[in-house]
Amino acid sequence: MEDERLTGKMIMSNNKKAIVYVRLKEGVLDPQGVTIHKALSQMGYNEFVSVRTGRFFELEVEAGSTNIDKRLHEVCSKLLANPVIESYTVEKL
Amino acid sequence: MKFGIVTFPGSNCDYDAYAAVKHVMGEEVEFLWHKSADLLGCDIVILPGGFSYGDYLRGGAIAKFSPIMEQVIKFANSGGMVMGICNGFQILTECGLLPGALMRNSHLRFSCKFIYLRVENNNSPYTCNCNVGDVLKIPVAHGEGNYYHFGSEIDRLEKNNLVIFRYCDKDGNISSESNPNGSINNIGGICNKEGNVLGMMPHPERVVEDILGSTDGLKIFESIKASLKPANTLS
Repeated sequence: MEDERLTGKMIMSNNKKAIVYVRLKEGVLDPQGVTIHKALSQMGYNEFVSVRTGRFFELEVEAGSTNIDKRLHEVCSKLLANPVIESYTVEKL
Repeated sequence: MKFGIVTFPGSNCDYDAYAAVKHVMGEEVEFLWHKSADLLGCDIVILPGGFSYGDYLRGGAIAKFSPIMEQVIKFANSGGMVMGICNGFQILTECGLLPGALMRNSHLRFSCKFIYLRVENNNSPYTCNCNVGDVLKIPVAHGEGNYYHFGSEIDRLEKNNLVIFRYCDKDGNISSESNPNGSINNIGGICNKEGNVLGMMPHPERVVEDILGSTDGLKIFESIKASLKPANTLS
């Protein structure tokens, strides 16, 4: 049987989404951002004075889940972000 | 004396460590499977290099939740010796047994070459057979070995002599040219404040026989052996 979670098809439900953005903390060197910024400058896009990279995660949350804010923050600090070097923000859709 | 070497899915230096301990040192050694929750009575646990769980998310981020790590953390917290090499060092910082984090190399390239490492502290079970200032020739092989922590924590590490190894040139000089990954203060290896947990990016298990280009890794394994051997015993 096809598992919808694996095929990426949206399960028909009232599930919600949360988006987690993880980025390096201010002051932590981001060599990828620096390299991308250099490329932009070489391309003539000189108005962009710096670039910082990061990543985001889309989490599908079962409809009717309780205590979700607390649990989202747990997930972020335990796994999705490394609190030594990264900060995160959570957006609920 | 028994060594334990953890195998995670994606570990690729576990057999090198096994061979170094068993065939070169002639000591007893066991593989410890990541799903197991039994350290089999080992006296020291080595977390080897590789790409545990594919290094998805961040190096070491997933491995820290494996059943064996729960036991390793307990073992370390009760004073047991735990050594993380390369990916093993990343796992130790991720699970909080060692401070700081290992970030992407500042030049963004995978670094795979021989480097030199200066012994900064020999008051450690991992370097007790070395002298302070000894220069060891050991290879690195990593993309994320750039040691980072915020300023006051680096000061604390330095003040407490928790930096065990620093990248240097062959004469022992510390410079940015001798730093293979951008680590703060050329840090190549640190221990916790109790001294029983060590993390290092270079691979001592790869340099234990002349044919491998160096035998300097043996100085670390011999130190471990010396510190585990009970005093005044004959066997």
